[in-house]
This record gives sequence, C-alpha cells and structure tokens, in this order.
Amino acid sequence: MRRFLYVAGLPVLLLLGWFVLSSGSENFYAPPLRDILRAFVDTWTPERLRADVLPSLVRLFAGYVLAALLGVALGVAIGLNRRLRATVEPVLEFFRAIPPPVLVPVIMLFAGIGDGMKVIVIVFGCVWPILLNTVEGVRAVDGVQLDTAKAYGVRGAARIRTVILPSASPQIAAGLRQALSIAIILMVISEMFAASNGLGFTIVQFQRSFAIPEMWSGIILLGLLGFALSLLFRLAEGRALRWYHGLRDAQRRS
Amino acid sequence: MLEVQGLRKVYSSGGREVEALRDLTFTVENGDLVCLVGPSGCGKTTLLRCIAGLLQQTGGTVTLDGHQVSGPPPGLAMVFQEYGRSLFPWMSVRDNVSLPLKQKRVPRQRRDELVDKALAAVGLAGTESAYPWQLSGGMQQRVAIARAVAYEPSTLLMDEPFAAVDAQTRADLEDLVRSLWQRLNVTVLFITHDIDEAVYLGRRVIMLSSSPTVVQDEITVDLPAERDQLHTRADPRFTELRTHVYEQIQKAKRLSR
Repeated sequence: MRRFLYVAGLPVLLLLGWFVLSSGSENFYAPPLRDILRAFVDTWTPERLRADVLPSLVRLFAGYVLAALLGVALGVAIGLNRRLRATVEPVLEFFRAIPPPVLVPVIMLFAGIGDGMKVIVIVFGCVWPILLNTVEGVRAVDGVQLDTAKAYGVRGAARIRTVILPSASPQIAAGLRQALSIAIILMVISEMFAASNGLGFTIVQFQRSFAIPEMWSGIILLGLLGFALSLLFRLAEGRALRWYHGLRDAQRRS
Repeated sequence: MLEVQGLRKVYSSGGREVEALRDLTFTVENGDLVCLVGPSGCGKTTLLRCIAGLLQQTGGTVTLDGHQVSGPPPGLAMVFQEYGRSLFPWMSVRDNVSLPLKQKRVPRQRRDELVDKALAAVGLAGTESAYPWQLSGGMQQRVAIARAVAYEPSTLLMDEPFAAVDAQTRADLEDLVRSLWQRLNVTVLFITHDIDEAVYLGRRVIMLSSSPTVVQDEITVDLPAERDQLHTRADPRFTELRTHVYEQIQKAKRLSR
C-alpha cells in the first residue's frame, strides 16, 4: 500500500495539477484536460485501435525483433573474434553516430513508403545499442568460465548457447532496453514522414486538421504505450535474468 | 597413467620472455593420488593448465593414458580454485553437473543417474534445483567436485581447490577427496601450496622449485591408507614428512634468490 502510494503519488498529482490549471483555458492549442480526456474516449475506439495502433505495434515489433536477432548474432561474432573486431569497430562507431531519423528520406528512396521502410528504419536505429552491448558482454565473459567449458569439452554452438550468451545476457538486456525506447521513437517518426496509417500518422493528421484535443489524446496514448512496453520489458527481463539479480544480491550480502 | 616429460613453458610478450617452467619430468601411475606442492608463484597453475590442454607448452610432452595431450583430453576432469567463477550461475546445480555429460552425449536417463550419484557422493543430494550462488562456498566447491566425478574421468586434476574456503570446511573437503579417490579408483593430481594438506592427502608428494620450475624432490607418504584429521596429523611420521617437505620448499626458495 505504502509502495503503491509512492509510485502513483506523483503521476496523480501531476494529472490533478494539469486538470485544475487547464480547466479554464481559453487557449486553442492547450485545451482543458477535460476536453482532451473526452476526445481520448471518443477517438480511440476499438476500430481505431485496430486500424492505427495495431499496424504501428506490428512494425515496432518486427523491427525490434529483427534488430535484436541481428544485433546479438553480429555482436557474438564480433565479440569472439579479435581481428574482426579491429576491422569493423571504426565503421560501427561511424554508423552509430548517424542519427537514424536522417535516414528516413534515404531509405524511402529505395524501400518506398510501405511497412518495409518503417521496419528498416527501426532496425537501423535499434541495432546499435544491442550490437555494441553484446560485443561488450561477450568480451567480458569470465576466463575461468571459458576454461571450464573448454576443459569439459563444451565447444562450438553449445559453448555459445550455454556459456557465452547467458554470461553476456545482462549486458545484452541493457542494450535491448535502450533499443526499445529508440524503436518507439523511430516508429513514430517514420510514420510522421510518410504513411497511410499508424499512430504517428494519425497524430500528424489531427494536428494538420486542427483537431487539437484529439492530437493531445494521441500523445497521451503514445506515452501510455511506451510505459506499458517498458513495464512488459522489465517483467520479462526480471524473469529471464532471475539468476543474475539473485547472484548480485548474494554477492552484496556477503 | 599421466606422464610429463621435459615440460617447458616460456611466456613471451612484447619481446620479453619469462620462463615459467624449465624442465619438469614426473609420472603419476594409474590410481595414484599425487600432491604437487611448491612455493607461491612457482608455476603450479601453468603446469596444470598445460596438463589439462588449456595451454600450449613450449617444449616437452604430456601423455595421458598413452595419448599425447594437445587439447583438453576426454578422460580428464578439472576442479578449479575459483569455484564461484567455475560454476555457471545461470544454471541450477543439476544443470551444472550434467552439462559436460550432455556434451559427451550421455543418454538422458544415464545422465540423471550419474548426476544423482555424484551429488549424493559429495553429500549434496537435495540441492539439485538450487542455483550455485544460493549455496555456501564449501558447498559450491562440492558441486564442482560432483561435476568432475559425474564426468567419470580416469584422471582428476585439482588446482588448489580449497584455497578459498575456511579451515573447517577445508578439512571436510580433504576427507571427501580421500574417500572419493578410494571409492572411485581414479587418478588424482592435486596441486596445493599447503604443505600439511599435501602430506595429509597424498600417497606421493612432488615438490617443485621456484620459477623457472623443476622438480625439487619427491617423497612417498608412508602413512596408513586410512587417515583422519585427528590421528594422522598427530602421527610423528606425519610431522617428519611435513618437516622434510617444508625444508625442501625453503631450500627451493633460497636457491632461487
């Protein structure tokens, strides 16, 4: 109960503040929260969620999963191979330094404005934190663990599956967490550039047709979505890395 | 049988060469329990890593059961000093012990049997589903020993396995090693820096010199096969032997200066 109060206290206060302060607002661009909430209920009907939110989520998911597979696979290869690492590291740093949104127009040129383009943009943006964290995680695998695996004949794919990936998994999870927020940003941006449906597209449409409360409601929905996704991620991570958190607690106690 | 012939290891880095092992020759007969003891920094771990096929020697040969060692030999199991880092924290005790067996493609039923038997032998039945870090240090090292035992090796290599546990746990683990050795008919090569431990455990004790390492001396421990912490350590013969080993180690240290 007490914990719940701590967690929910500030958001409730902020909402109340917004509600009270905006209640008499005459400003067309900053309507009262009451109007926004009413618009929220009217706008985000089940049909609308299916037509606009679902496609966004599918793209997000596709791009994120592809980026995760690509990033972990390449990261393991680079992390395990010193020569490969020396060759590709400067190039990686360069690509990572390019802000992904700037690539939207370029990618549009050859991938069109369909779902493919959006997925590519998301992959290109999210792959870097996953890749670089995987490389670091793989490089940091304990030498005694590697010796143990070697001494007991654990090699090849089994070595990667049972020793290297689990050992690097806390670091990989950190990369995945960073990538998730990047993925949401890129999902919205790519839809704002060119799309015929999706959350980003809808919010821009509202703005262009001066449906201001609806626009605000879309922003709130995006915020809620991001929050829900990060909560889900934390839940999944907590389950997958139970051993890691337990180990850390055990080490702290001793 | 384990034969080490003229083993030499030189580390070279950046044009500088460090000779860790100079010329080591000894054999360990099948079913023997040999303790290697030497002053700290005498290249014990280097030697062990060469025998285990984890490190390529510069010269000489290591032969295990008639085969020259060039990579980790299949009939050899190793217990590391750093139990906390040698067990995989993301696996349960059972998975840790059975991983090498899976790799050896032991059928599932047989695997479970071996794991159960090994865990029972080290007194850890009932901890199968725990994670290693939920156990105490001594219990973790028991898991590592169980993993080695379940592997059914002909030779067991132990690299200062009890250096990091407290004295009482250490005594228990020493007795565990003695009893496993007697029961399983396995060859044990036990590396330690503890002279008492070497004399208490070993049927033979090989003393190493300081680095660059050669064999300094070798004794047969003619204590009765049934040993226990109280009486064996109080035996006058035990004291004589440990004094001898101690003197040899001191001599090795002086010579190196």
